Amino acid sequence: MAATPLFASEQRPEWLGAPTTDAGRALPMFLNTVAAGFPSPAQDYLESSLDLHELLIKHPTATFFVRARGDSMRGAAIFDGDILLVDRALQAQHQDIVIASVNGDMTVKRLLLKPEPMLQAANPKYPSIRLDDSLDFEVFGVVSSVIHQLKR
Amino acid sequence: MPVTLTTKRCFALVDCNNFYASCERLFRPDLKQKPLVVLSNNDGCIIARCALAKQLSIPMGAPFHQMKALLKQHQVAVFSSNYALYGDLSNRVMQTLEQLAPKVEIYSIDEAFLELSGLDFCQNLTDFGQQVRSTIYQQLGLPVCVGIAPSKTLAKLANYAAKKYPQFEGVLDLTEPHKRLHILARTPVQEVWGVGRKLAERLQAMNIDTALQLARACPQQIRKKFSVVLARTVNELNGIACLTLDEVQEPKQQIISSRSFGQRVKAKAEMQQAITLYISRAAEKLRAQHSLARQLSVFIRSSRFEQKSRFFGDQASLELESPSNDSRVLQQAAMQLLDRIWRDGPAYAKAGVVLSDLCAVQGLQNSLFTPPPSERSQRLMATIDQLNQKHRGSVFIARQGRDGNWQMQQQFLSPAYTTRWDQLPEVC
Repeated sequence: MAATPLFASEQRPEWLGAPTTDAGRALPMFLNTVAAGFPSPAQDYLESSLDLHELLIKHPTATFFVRARGDSMRGAAIFDGDILLVDRALQAQHQDIVIASVNGDMTVKRLLLKPEPMLQAANPKYPSIRLDDSLDFEVFGVVSSVIHQLKR
Repeated sequence: MPVTLTTKRCFALVDCNNFYASCERLFRPDLKQKPLVVLSNNDGCIIARCALAKQLSIPMGAPFHQMKALLKQHQVAVFSSNYALYGDLSNRVMQTLEQLAPKVEIYSIDEAFLELSGLDFCQNLTDFGQQVRSTIYQQLGLPVCVGIAPSKTLAKLANYAAKKYPQFEGVLDLTEPHKRLHILARTPVQEVWGVGRKLAERLQAMNIDTALQLARACPQQIRKKFSVVLARTVNELNGIACLTLDEVQEPKQQIISSRSFGQRVKAKAEMQQAITLYISRAAEKLRAQHSLARQLSVFIRSSRFEQKSRFFGDQASLELESPSNDSRVLQQAAMQLLDRIWRDGPAYAKAGVVLSDLCAVQGLQNSLFTPPPSERSQRLMATIDQLNQKHRGSVFIARQGRDGNWQMQQQFLSPAYTTRWDQLPEVC
């Protein structure tokens, strides 16, 4: 990290002007050594490196992370300790896996709207929860991705 | 008849309801129907109450130790203040607002002004307010109220009324003069933005008890008897916009220094320089009001309105080991935060720093548990401020280490649900 003066001069705020230094930037994918006198043929194909956020998170401000516990969703490939990406900007639909609060507890289950509203586990050991008026029920958000790390 | 199109100024104030309490509830559905309070640092006083706790007449600012019995009797959930959580959610609220309106002024951790001038040509303003409200509730689970009016002072007042009277369903548009009269007549003068308790007492002595009476006072006379600022308030109450976005004084509880860049910033060294500049400005303001900050946040973001690239924005906060207004300490902490959130690639359009959780230098010196800032540091900073007042930007300091390892008391701290991998909410 370059040492920066504490009181940057008002008259000369360098960051307002064109970038003057590329220090600290990540290496681009096609960085080549260049033979003198002949430009790299890949130079016109420079791209930025791949970004998992871009792939996994469509609504950054509305996305929260939660950790799955237990084995009630193993049939949906959600295992104990996995990280779930929860997108609150999505409207929950039939068959979506959702985070919901049921009588004050947060749970991850599959939401069924037909033939009747229900939260279904993806493991026969666990009974489904029928969503009738006796339950205090609210969808927290729709699970959009699961992160299952093989090595922790 | 010739048609003249004049764009009237129009502002909205979006304010989160019981922000800290609402944040604490987000990941605790079990507390949805239970009263809840949040304590200040060191679990000293009650600084936030949910609606249910307010109904129990638990006073704001009451010392926690005096309230213990009452809180226990009513089974009130108690939390230490969790600024990591509040900072992250605040940042999400502000970014969501920036998606909904092109001009946003972050006024405090839980309030923002939007400029809506011209919007009434294409959309009903109450509908817009409801859209803001439902978007933030759905995406972040936080309730907000929206006040809309032709001046910022009136927008504040509209927000106050939107919160107070349930029939408005959280949104009140006061752009029409007859509605304004109705609300102003029912609002006590001390609820007007910028009118404190002392000022209200002086006004009441002149038989000015309501906002409407203040609006009808003669601005010249007010200016003579009080100040230019209050005369401006009178104009603002009459729908004449005197304040523009960004122009108001910062609130005392928080100091924000932030700016959109003239040109996009891509290099980290430039960002460091910008952040350093913002820190030095914010620290100056902090010292000018004789405060210390315990909490520091840094945020960076690319532009929302650029089609070419994807939006990227992030923020990070930390708590200083002891409150400080020393530029060197704050700057060093800010660089650590920037390291945490910096990503190469995006063309950054905006960045800023937020100093929050402020306390008075004076009060702290009598405190038993917090080491007061050293006199040398105070003298040095005062000298720097003097020099910089004469010749802006003339003094440069190298970064310096920090000592002290004091931890504060946070007996009821909730997890950093949104900012720490090891503290994510768990679901079965």
